[in-house]
Amino acid sequence: MSALLHVDNITKRFGGFVALDGVTLEVMPGERLGLIGPNGSGKSTLVNCICGTLQNEVGSVRFNNQTMDGLAANERTHRGLARSFQLPRPFHSMSLADNLRIPLLYTVHARSGPLRSAGDLDDRCNELLTMVGLAAKAHQMPRDLTQVEMRKLELARAVAAEPKLLIADESMAGLSHSEVDDILALLLKLNERGITIILIEHIMSAVMKFSQRIAVLVSGKKIADGKPDDVVRNPEVVRAYLGE
Amino acid sequence: MDISFDLLINAIVAGLLLGGFYAAVTAGISISFGMLDIVNIAHPGFVILGSYLAYFININLGVDPILVSIFMLPVFYALGALIYQVYHVSFEKRGQDALRGLAFFFGLLFVTEVSLILVFGVDYRYVEASYIGPSIHLGIIDLPLRMLVPCVAALALFGLIELFITRTFTGRAIMAVSQDQLALQLQAADPIKIKRIAFGLSIAVAAVAGALLIIIQPVEPSVGREYIGRVFAICVLGGLGSMPGTLIAAMLLGVVESLTATFYGPSWAPAVAFGFLLLTLAFRPAGLLGR
Amino acid sequence: MNTAKFSLIMAAIGVVITLIAHAVGVDYLYFASYTILQFIVLATAWNILGGYCGYVNFGSAAFFALGAYSSVFIHKMFPLPLPLLIVIGAVVSGVVGLGMGYLTLRLRGSFFAIATLALAVVLQTLVVNWDFVGGSRGAYIIRPEYLEIGSFKIPYIEYLFILMLALAIIALVTARTIERSQLGFGFATIRDDELAAEACGVPTLKLKLIATTLSGAFMGMAGAPFPYYIGYLQPQSAFGLEYAVNSIAMPMIGGTTSWIGPLVGAILLGTAQQYATVTISSAVNLLIVGLMLVGFVIIAPNGIVGLVQERLRRKRS
Repeated sequence: MSALLHVDNITKRFGGFVALDGVTLEVMPGERLGLIGPNGSGKSTLVNCICGTLQNEVGSVRFNNQTMDGLAANERTHRGLARSFQLPRPFHSMSLADNLRIPLLYTVHARSGPLRSAGDLDDRCNELLTMVGLAAKAHQMPRDLTQVEMRKLELARAVAAEPKLLIADESMAGLSHSEVDDILALLLKLNERGITIILIEHIMSAVMKFSQRIAVLVSGKKIADGKPDDVVRNPEVVRAYLGE
Repeated sequence: MDISFDLLINAIVAGLLLGGFYAAVTAGISISFGMLDIVNIAHPGFVILGSYLAYFININLGVDPILVSIFMLPVFYALGALIYQVYHVSFEKRGQDALRGLAFFFGLLFVTEVSLILVFGVDYRYVEASYIGPSIHLGIIDLPLRMLVPCVAALALFGLIELFITRTFTGRAIMAVSQDQLALQLQAADPIKIKRIAFGLSIAVAAVAGALLIIIQPVEPSVGREYIGRVFAICVLGGLGSMPGTLIAAMLLGVVESLTATFYGPSWAPAVAFGFLLLTLAFRPAGLLGR
Repeated sequence: MNTAKFSLIMAAIGVVITLIAHAVGVDYLYFASYTILQFIVLATAWNILGGYCGYVNFGSAAFFALGAYSSVFIHKMFPLPLPLLIVIGAVVSGVVGLGMGYLTLRLRGSFFAIATLALAVVLQTLVVNWDFVGGSRGAYIIRPEYLEIGSFKIPYIEYLFILMLALAIIALVTARTIERSQLGFGFATIRDDELAAEACGVPTLKLKLIATTLSGAFMGMAGAPFPYYIGYLQPQSAFGLEYAVNSIAMPMIGGTTSWIGPLVGAILLGTAQQYATVTISSAVNLLIVGLMLVGFVIIAPNGIVGLVQERLRRKRS
């Protein structure tokens, strides 16, 4: 079985600063991968390069046996890559429901298949909002949301694009224990439905519970990649990130 | 068309002198646009404002324009700081789309130009100084003092700014703000104050450039608009925020403009800068020495 | 209210206005109204790219002048009827808008704005140096006194007025239709957060190109009859700063998020300027426009329409 996502030797520079240094990573279909590392280690840059928000100078990204190099971000989303942003970026002039309507109209509808009617779209938006517990605020504006609620909206909007691979970038920051468990349960359910998930988080308990495999990024380099128990005991990982 | 060697050399020299001056005019934009990411298209308006102020004081009090510009520095610095404050409170803080910030500066440019028309009219104005008129002759090369003196002054100014940015704490803080505002905050420096200082500086530099401008050529209110293209073309071509790049790009533009004006006529000159700009934006937006 | 009904109502209003104007039949009224109608088209056109997508175009004068000068160019070769000239003006300006967009829209919004400024100056320089269309000396276009089709005869200025009225209605209907369509929805995401829009699958480049082309085309349409209106076309007037400033000030003061904003802004500012130019001076008039732009942008960023909407929302709660 070949990898769903194959990141091959990606390097990304900002002027003189090397954000990613020859990162290679593979994700199998249906896998749950945890990506951890200290702040500024390049996790979000990696996500940006995978999803096309940034273009890497060196290396390539292959997704679903197609090369992604040179494709714009929206095209990658059409092919099944979706991500939530670490700092939520809602469309602030639209209601929550309308925020979710955008990926439905522009991604799901762009793929072949029957178009949904307006009523169906409404139902789907409601379904997605219920999934993250925001159904009651469907017609409110993003500025009326708390930080935590905005992260949930981010996640719902990424899921709305019906991806094959979902990258959840720190969706759980600031949540309470029970809320973390809710999001975990949600991600696990999505995974059961066949969605491959990369979870980027600092909450180690969640990462351990969720991941089948963990990759560790430090200063733009991947320093570990393997089973959670092994990675967590890796002395380099402990020194660079986990501490003790 | 005879390309006489004489004409060619002098056109190139004139272009280099002009380029040195352009570098000083652009230095302000390198700071406000290159480092602070503020598209201050009103910048040339402040340059022209500086020109007119220099003209006014020169005509009425007989003071040398370069001297006037040194006294103008604190005034324009304060003006720049004030404008940044308004800009910050109205747009940056509110997180408004860039649209309104651009419209704001466009409005300022417009108001400045029209106000000057109302006060001074549309006639060309020029200053009087002892070095406007005579030239130095080095063989076949003519160095008109009215271009040489401002060029030297401009390069001096440019050098001072470069030193300020790279050697002083405030200067380096400005560079830091352009790269990582959060990191700066974590070092207990106030990014807003730093940006205000930087913007004030960019406007002060504009004023000095204006005083130099009116030595080089007579000025009327719409001259500012020609400089918008030049200034942004140089800034983009030189790579945003890179001072050495700005200098090289300025010289390059000066020479090309001069050659165009000499051999094809001055009515084509405005297209040079703006054409450069369009081409650069289309094909190499990172500039020659891009960051 | 759906588009078809709205179009019908607007067309009906247009017919009524035409009949009333015909009954009054004062030439000055035609001249003055033409200017305001022209601004309605320009402001609406600007708003499609500026208000809906958030990309500022400083070079509205360029697209307007392109329309005007393509009319001059064709007139000098073989005269064509005005409606055809308007279509040609739309195509020329639309294509240039598309080309420029293709070159610069991949960059940040601020770079695009600067590029539009550059375009305006480059085009003006080209025109000034092109003798066939008059160069810096300008071009004369003799405006016929009447439009005669068979036994139907009206003063030419009335004909121009009707054409511009039709254009204004078409522009407003188009803007409103876009606003309510999926296209407009997509535009709004570009304005709100372009990166997030891309991540959601919105083809931002394609949409921006559509906006630039449409915007340019409408500005070209507004410019095409201009040489006939003014009789003597000089680059300074065609590329005049007042077009750039008004195309921006009218939507921003009126309100950028809806088709009503540019309409309100154009009527208010246009009328005020007509009055000011006649009573005070054209320079002071422009100064006031500039000051109002700066003032509104700081105090009332959503324009007059925004203020009204705020008032209504507060009354409701």
